[in-house]
Amino acid sequence: MAERERIKKTPQRSKQEASETVSSSGSGQELKAELDDLLDEIDEVLETNAEEFVKSYIQKGGQ
Amino acid sequence: MAIPKIVGIETEYGIMLRGVQEWNPVAASSMLINAYLASDPGGIEPATSRVDSRSDPDNHDSVVWDFTDESPGADAREEAPEFALPPEVETHLVNTVLTNGARYYVDHAHPEISTPECRDALAVVLYDRAAELIAIDSMAATTRILGPGQEMVLYKDNSDRKGNAYGTHENYLVDRSLPFGQVIAGMTTHFVTRQIFTGSGKVGSEIPGLDWTVIPYQLTQRAEHFEEEVGLETTLKRPIINTRDEPHADSRKYRRLHVIVGDANMSQVATFLKVGTSSILLAMLEDDAFERMHPLAEPVVAMHAVSHDLSLAEPLLLADGTRATALEIQMDLFSQACEWAEKYGLESVGEESGAMVLERWEEVLTGLERDPMSMAAQIDWVAKLRLLEGFRERHDCDWGDPRLRALDLQYHDLRPEKCLAARVGLERLVDDAEAEIARFEPPSDTRAYFRGKCLQRFASDIVSANWDSIVFDMGEEPLRRVPMLEPARGTVEHVGAILESSNTVAELLNNLQS
Repeated sequence: MAERERIKKTPQRSKQEASETVSSSGSGQELKAELDDLLDEIDEVLETNAEEFVKSYIQKGGQ
Repeated sequence: MAIPKIVGIETEYGIMLRGVQEWNPVAASSMLINAYLASDPGGIEPATSRVDSRSDPDNHDSVVWDFTDESPGADAREEAPEFALPPEVETHLVNTVLTNGARYYVDHAHPEISTPECRDALAVVLYDRAAELIAIDSMAATTRILGPGQEMVLYKDNSDRKGNAYGTHENYLVDRSLPFGQVIAGMTTHFVTRQIFTGSGKVGSEIPGLDWTVIPYQLTQRAEHFEEEVGLETTLKRPIINTRDEPHADSRKYRRLHVIVGDANMSQVATFLKVGTSSILLAMLEDDAFERMHPLAEPVVAMHAVSHDLSLAEPLLLADGTRATALEIQMDLFSQACEWAEKYGLESVGEESGAMVLERWEEVLTGLERDPMSMAAQIDWVAKLRLLEGFRERHDCDWGDPRLRALDLQYHDLRPEKCLAARVGLERLVDDAEAEIARFEPPSDTRAYFRGKCLQRFASDIVSANWDSIVFDMGEEPLRRVPMLEPARGTVEHVGAILESSNTVAELLNNLQS
């Protein structure tokens, strides 16, 4: 039952969110401020020794 | 008529044991899965065995995978070239079945989770998110048993940016009567052009000689690792169309199209469209509803070109000598899909999910046409590019800066406190509360329901399980294998009442027969 409810309500939610996305993309200022906040946060969480981290990320090939 | 497009995704995660000098990725992957099982996640039989980094087949009490029916070397082409190499099946590594019907195992040198069989693209998104939650809990459980300063970290990506790739594979149930040549003809162009919305983004290039001054950033992580149009291989000389013919179902009726070209997506909309559009096009092939397939003159060249073209404006050479961009081709595939839906209905791909795929497909294509940046909440490569450009502007750095490469990797870091994808405002299609339930509960509308419910109810009587059968231990009697060759059977509708009324495995087997 939960499965059907989930599917039914999702398109509505996504439509609403989609229209929010479209309307917010109209405001360049707002977007810029949002990106600034995000970059502040990223400066905080980004790996401290970037070069060392990037170098150490070695994986064995898979499928 | 198109058959139900039952689908699933298998994801190999990148793995790092931080703070440990020398470590082996195979042992680390085994340790990760054992630590998860030993942490007694709800709904799983508690594992009493010790957690050990060595891969020991007897070292876990969970239900093991049964390899009896595995044949990854079988080729869908009637005459496979002699040099086609079948991949090896590694049977000695940790390999378990979860109560939601998923498989959690070590593949090559990576931990891998296969979602249970799902009835539509929206369910795949739910179970893909559930898999992420399992991976997150596994990391935490492992880190708890590691020494101070040591940490287990998983990345949901597809390449170490140094030439080593690992896969996120999609699987689609396809009617055996559809000639494989039609699958090749119909899907190759889609797999090349869908990259404009399935790409997860990558800083730089892994093709020798192409450094960041030539390719600063590209749409996908996987494209550059593809060298062939059609083939059996999955680990080297990867082909756009993989011919592995291993249906895990009645082979007289079904194929399983094993799609290896996709990126791992952090965006749920991208996962949804990757699976949803491909399901629709396969159903269209079965209904013989393709008017125009747009065959490409050189699919592999086009695959790389699409990934390298951030403008989405580069025309691709078609087999008939004309040219069209990936976006133009996608627009036409979308409009043919709408005509097909009008005529044949969406039953084969799930009514509600199918309608939502068409809606979101159009939205994404028109958004990309208007301004790719407008899709930063839906498409991974756009979300990541927006972040990288913002960072570049703020710190005034060029594309060779290692911090941009770190940011690229960290977008895929699954630790909630480090994951950048979790911070960029990606739109979600499923709630985490629902995904939390899906970690333990199987889908109700595929055979995964029977597998999952049997594991919930009778785990101690199950010797092993795989996609198309379960083996029960009947005590004194011989082992009993219950085949599940029909992926659309074993649903709550088919076996819910039987499972409900059976208190023991003996009763269950008896009730199934009557």
